[in-house]
Amino acid sequence: MNPLLKEDTLLGNVHSIETFGAFDGPGIRYVLFLQGCPFRCQYCHNRDTWGVHENKRMSVKEILHDFEKYSHFYKNGGLTVSGGEALLQLDFIIELFKEAKHRNIHTCLDTSAGCYNDKDDEKYKTLLSYTDLVLLDIKHIDDLEHIKLTKHSNYRVLSFARLLSDLNIKTVIRHVLLPTINDQKHYLLRLRNFLDQLANIVKIEVLPYHKTGIKKWEDLGYEYELYHIKEPTEIEVKFAEEVLTNDYRFIR
Amino acid sequence: MSAWRNFTEGKWVEEINVRDFMSLNFKEYLGDSSFLVGPSKSSLKLNDMFFGFLKEEKEKGGVIELDTKVVASITSHGPGYIDKKLEKIVGLQTDKPFKRAFHPYGGINVAVKAAEAYGYEVDEDVKHIFSEYRKTHNQGVFDVYNADIRKARRSGIITGLPDGYGRGRIIGDYRRVALYGVDRLIDEKKKEKTRYAYPMNEKNIRLREEIQEQIKALDMLKTLGEAYGFDLSKPATNATEAIQWTYFAYLAAVKEQNGAAMSLGRTATFLDIYIERDIEEGVLTEVEAQELIDHFIMKLRMVRFARTPEYNDLFTGDPTWVTESLAGMNLDGRSWVTKNTYRYLQTLYNLGTSAEPNLTVLWHEDLPENFKKFCGKISIDTSSIQYENDEQMRPSHGDDYGIACCVSPMTLGKEMQFFGARANLAKALLYALNGGKDEITGDQVSPAFEPIKDEVLDYNHVMKNFDIMLDWLAKTYVSALNTIHYMHDKYAYERLQMALHDAEVIRNFATGIAGLSVVADSLSAIKYAKVKPIYDERGIIADFEINGDFPCYGNNDDRVDQLAVEVVNKFMNKIRAEYTYRESIPTMSILTITSNVVYGKKTGNTPDGRRKGEAFAPGANPMHGRDKSGALKSLLSVSKIPCENCQDGISNTFSIIPQALGKSLETADGFTYEGDIKVENLVQILDGYFRSNGYHLNVNIFNREKLQDAYDHPDKYPNLTIRVSGYAVNFSNLTNEQKREVISRTFHESIA
Repeated sequence: MNPLLKEDTLLGNVHSIETFGAFDGPGIRYVLFLQGCPFRCQYCHNRDTWGVHENKRMSVKEILHDFEKYSHFYKNGGLTVSGGEALLQLDFIIELFKEAKHRNIHTCLDTSAGCYNDKDDEKYKTLLSYTDLVLLDIKHIDDLEHIKLTKHSNYRVLSFARLLSDLNIKTVIRHVLLPTINDQKHYLLRLRNFLDQLANIVKIEVLPYHKTGIKKWEDLGYEYELYHIKEPTEIEVKFAEEVLTNDYRFIR
Repeated sequence: MSAWRNFTEGKWVEEINVRDFMSLNFKEYLGDSSFLVGPSKSSLKLNDMFFGFLKEEKEKGGVIELDTKVVASITSHGPGYIDKKLEKIVGLQTDKPFKRAFHPYGGINVAVKAAEAYGYEVDEDVKHIFSEYRKTHNQGVFDVYNADIRKARRSGIITGLPDGYGRGRIIGDYRRVALYGVDRLIDEKKKEKTRYAYPMNEKNIRLREEIQEQIKALDMLKTLGEAYGFDLSKPATNATEAIQWTYFAYLAAVKEQNGAAMSLGRTATFLDIYIERDIEEGVLTEVEAQELIDHFIMKLRMVRFARTPEYNDLFTGDPTWVTESLAGMNLDGRSWVTKNTYRYLQTLYNLGTSAEPNLTVLWHEDLPENFKKFCGKISIDTSSIQYENDEQMRPSHGDDYGIACCVSPMTLGKEMQFFGARANLAKALLYALNGGKDEITGDQVSPAFEPIKDEVLDYNHVMKNFDIMLDWLAKTYVSALNTIHYMHDKYAYERLQMALHDAEVIRNFATGIAGLSVVADSLSAIKYAKVKPIYDERGIIADFEINGDFPCYGNNDDRVDQLAVEVVNKFMNKIRAEYTYRESIPTMSILTITSNVVYGKKTGNTPDGRRKGEAFAPGANPMHGRDKSGALKSLLSVSKIPCENCQDGISNTFSIIPQALGKSLETADGFTYEGDIKVENLVQILDGYFRSNGYHLNVNIFNREKLQDAYDHPDKYPNLTIRVSGYAVNFSNLTNEQKREVISRTFHESIA
């Protein structure tokens, strides 16, 4: 047994670790992918992270010890917690981010907030007090379509977005563009309308849907339902970007 | 007009001290690259002609023309031009562009072989003179070699020894000619010579003879200048002359010597001082300054030597290692970065990407941020430059050192090295198992000792035998190098290059090793898995059956990384225990150039599962595809190799796909934007690697698919430049075997 592990410490259920993350937050980052997700997104590219079964258990100390090995590379970067859905392990990431901030590490939370519940607001506020940046994934602005796409309502997602705005937490909005599902102009305008009500957004990213995740579904023996959806063209991505970001009041 | 007008005076006036001159007079540049300009019309025209020669060279099977009668010297050929009216900087190795000179001093047989390989017949009189009357280096070496050396050479456990070609890796301080003029340098040499008048012992006799040769070479350098209409006896008075003088000094070296690596040193900051003065005096514009540098660099791209096919196997792509070291930190806390540092790098845009000169950035965390970003942009756009850790070099070599060849640091004008190729440690490990017998030929190469007869290889037993083997290898290897450098000094002395050194020079004895990652993984397999030897009919262990998992070097796993460290320390200490020629200081490098393919070809199956003939990883790299846990873990494994026991360099060639560096913004010119996220992330990788004590990094940024496409359709990529181990090469110049090896390397990706 690893000497850093103690019986009584809070352990995270880790899916995997990427020590060279260039996409999830500023700079080069240590990205911790946690196991388990409430959403069932039809286009998920990490299908293997859904289940909440036991995977690799790691303590805060153990993770940060591992982080330090690479810290020479993270001067402009830091630590990102992603998933799965990171917020499913709320208590654990509070401890992780608290200790990371104590060590002056930039913290970033990558979430689609599918399990957010305002009953736990005190805990969320604690977590966010240790969070430098949130990457919030909004999958569909229309609730019915959101349910079709993810098997869940977007109510929690949008509430969490408002909480972030109220607390003035720097946030990047991410929107995966799925042709014929969420790239219609009226959906994009509705999403824009919602984003206009927020006062904490540093960036809005349109991520073109890609099919590279299909392989994981097939390897795991699950049926992929979006074979018929094409990857968006550059023009379609540009258009969505324009609708969502033109004259948007980003905060610095 | 005084040559030294407006220069701040200091020690450099009284003594030969270029570093002092530079430190007192250079202007550090902290700005960005926006001042840079594109190529002039004449640069474009000359460059077109240059590419025409390249094409012709390729069409003619590698050589446009080869001299077979005139023995190369500083003054052997009349002046040569590409287009006299257009060239701002002039001078060619022979009287025509791309015409290769005839260099017999390294070995007449070797020179004849090189000529014959391209269909040329060497003049009978010349052959006769160098066979009957004038002994050559190669002959001297083989007169002396002992039986062990001959066996080690034949079996390939030691490969690439400079006994049949020029040793190179000596950098003259070519700047001295521009700053002081040749007459002053001759005066200093005469003074130096008087210091060794007594006692007339062997050491002083030799030195006095060498200094006299140096003075002769300096006189010839003046003659060379006169042939082109310049008076090099006096210091340069402006930027054009400073570049021209420096180039003539370098040109004299490559006219007379066909050393493997003929590196340039560190000229950019030095020349910037002259350019700045001219710009302030209103006699030079930025366009003209860039044009001078473009023309200078173009000349450096034209350096050619006649090589044998065996040589080309080891060092493919016709490399000359015209290595120019850029940037680095001044000991006073400023960086050496000037506008001219940028201009040198700008040539990769103005003239197109190129393998030569081997542009080497001496990286330091404290370099100006703008400059770091510009380097990152250049790497992403061209994959043509390499990086060395300035913080590792300065403690031993001060802040005015240059890199010779790929990774070898030396204080300019004060240090040189005896280049020593490399020993094949993977083969040595197989010899350790087989009692000194070669696993392929079955020959007894080292004196016989008890081979391993165990059913399953026992780590301690293997290490004990490995130790016996390495003792013999170190002794044989150092003996070969002692012989080679004694003879090279005697028969092919680099008089012009040494004339641009102080008399009392520090000599490094540069050994090298190949196959480190194969050895580390093999020892790991023996230690952590079960490795059963399989004996062939000769009773030699010819293959292995591996059961179980074992950690591989390249994944930041100390269990195996420390085995690599142990092997390096062990072999270095064995080298240190041997006598080395001319009071030289033993050093070691982990660098293979492209010879990792040849070494692999000559090595049987290894206990790590590598198959007979399969290429080794280049330099200190993890084996292809075995560094599976990401870019940073691979880098950190290599950074553990202790620099203090590899003072001659640890080469790491890093390939990453562009997409892994982040999502880029589009730019109008198709090149990378300096503020781009990719640039920033690459800068972080470099900072991180060197903060972790990494030594050297070749950076390649492209996809495997692109290389595969270039392999399948060479015509589509005539100028694709890639970094191999310590130098850059035009991909199309590699052999198909080497191309496949490059394609099979690990390309780091990242989860998007």
